[in-house]
Amino acid sequence: MTTKSQALLNWVDERFPLTSTWKAHLSEYYAPKNFNFWYFFGSLVLMVLVIQIVTGIFLVMHYKPDASLNASGVPVAFAAVEYIMRDVPGGWLIRYMHSTGASAFFVVVYMHMFRGMLYGSYRKPRELIWLFGVGIFLALMAEAFMGYLLPWGQMSFWGAQVIVNLFSAIPVIGPDLALVIRGDFVVSDATLNRFFSFHVIAVPLVLIGLVLAHIVALHEVGSNNPDGVEIKKKKDANGIPLDGIPFHPYYTVKDIVGVVGFLFVFSAVLFFAPEGGGYFLEYNNFLPADPLVTPPHIAPVWYFTPFYSLLRAVTYPLFGLDAKFWGVIAMGAGVVIFAFLPWLDRSPVKSIRYKGPIFKTALVLFVIIFFILGYLGVQPPDNGGIKDRTTQICSVLYFAFFLLMPFYSKMDKCKAEPERVTS
Amino acid sequence: MSVEEKMDSGRRQLLLATSVAGGAAAAATAVPFVASLTPSERAKAAGAPVEADVSKLAPGEMMTVEWQGKPVWILRRTEEMLATLKPLDDQLADPMSEKSIQPEYAKNEARSIKPEFLVTIGICTHLGCSPSQKFKIGAESGLGDAWPGGFLCPCHGSTFDLAARVYAGKPAPTNLEIPPHKYLADTKILIGDDGTA
Repeated sequence: MTTKSQALLNWVDERFPLTSTWKAHLSEYYAPKNFNFWYFFGSLVLMVLVIQIVTGIFLVMHYKPDASLNASGVPVAFAAVEYIMRDVPGGWLIRYMHSTGASAFFVVVYMHMFRGMLYGSYRKPRELIWLFGVGIFLALMAEAFMGYLLPWGQMSFWGAQVIVNLFSAIPVIGPDLALVIRGDFVVSDATLNRFFSFHVIAVPLVLIGLVLAHIVALHEVGSNNPDGVEIKKKKDANGIPLDGIPFHPYYTVKDIVGVVGFLFVFSAVLFFAPEGGGYFLEYNNFLPADPLVTPPHIAPVWYFTPFYSLLRAVTYPLFGLDAKFWGVIAMGAGVVIFAFLPWLDRSPVKSIRYKGPIFKTALVLFVIIFFILGYLGVQPPDNGGIKDRTTQICSVLYFAFFLLMPFYSKMDKCKAEPERVTS
Repeated sequence: MSVEEKMDSGRRQLLLATSVAGGAAAAATAVPFVASLTPSERAKAAGAPVEADVSKLAPGEMMTVEWQGKPVWILRRTEEMLATLKPLDDQLADPMSEKSIQPEYAKNEARSIKPEFLVTIGICTHLGCSPSQKFKIGAESGLGDAWPGGFLCPCHGSTFDLAARVYAGKPAPTNLEIPPHKYLADTKILIGDDGTA
């Protein structure tokens, strides 16, 4: 480095922790050397977040959150999305990037969460990282839900109607709470405008804050790895973990490979199947919102369907409270229960590599159940038939995976962890 | 010397008092923000009563009018349709409409002023979808051989009979709501105003 640029860097460093931050988080942040495929998804989540923010900024330049009808009798918001798709140069691409990005976001987040479950990344001392992560997942669900109202199509309208009504199931405060969320007695222009505000300002700010906290907490304790052993236990004379390598350049370069692979798939969907066969953009959402007619088959977007199935599974009233209230509780608990994983898992080892047959079986079953619930969530209910019964059985097993974990993870026959990371 | 000994309790009390006063001011400032989230005066003023002309409605047919942004159904029931109601009582969650919302004058077997016309808000009491018509009887309806005709909510599968009463064991807790309404003439119904308010 030339002395002039070195002098400039010194000038900055005396006023702002530039070099020390770079070192602490990149060039001298030591990550375990044995990261595998599953470790791509953390950086991919971050990249999709950037895609969503950038495309979102450009979409807001053309979109209008207005439910009133224009001269041709079409809601202004719905017409604005059509305008972006047909008349704004490049608008179709930006909009499809944003709508496909929403689904991609959940794909990479689910993979990232599964990685945590595989290798016990939520275990001590990483409980807070996991809790911030669950917070991110919740914020992401709110963000996706409110964004889905904006095109003001049939699915937008009726999806919002159903989810807002979930809150009215809460005893005592419920109806007033739903009124405050909608800002009207029905889902209307007031609802559209506040969801727009939350979707573009409030929730993204919370999301970015949580992502920062997630990463700061991670860099404080250090990354877990596929073996689930702490690399900080074995350090060399300079205090650098023997099994650690600097994040930059080793993992920045590796993550670029992941990004390229991801972009291949993302672009393929973007250019050849942006509607995702009706799962990324539902066909009924190409019809403008009609408050008088619910589409014959209404289902949420795929990423909500496992939790939606939990909601539908409860059909019996309990303790004098409606089935509706318990359905809402089941759905909420189905998400929040992830937050308790650090304390539910009593296994002596972290990684699936050294866990015993019971935990492995339980995790495989859980993944299968998650997929079955997701599939059943897009199916119409069959009135207490085989699908509804399967939903109920799978819902019980879903919660059993978590609630029985303290017992089966403890009694499981685990293998001994190695002293240092393998491979 | 410990921190405790150095502490000036007068100043500490002042600090506490200031914090409490500041906190109260901050909480009070939240009031207009929360208030702004509640329905505006314009939203409250909307929802005037609407008139429906049922003279062209054939027996067994249903029409929908919009009232307060919600669908209101008017179903002209045939004698056969009305005959299905009574035998269903033991399959329903609230056959006598004890827990359900309806004006006094519609709290009866047919849930209506005149049994011929059912006037109900077409919004499921579960999560607010609008149920669809399933007036065909038996297997043809896709709801089983014993289906006597009624409504099916597409969202979560609640079923209702032809008096908008919900079947037991379904997610919807109560029967569909009956709005206040009155007959202006034999075939003219005013929805949203029954002259009692």
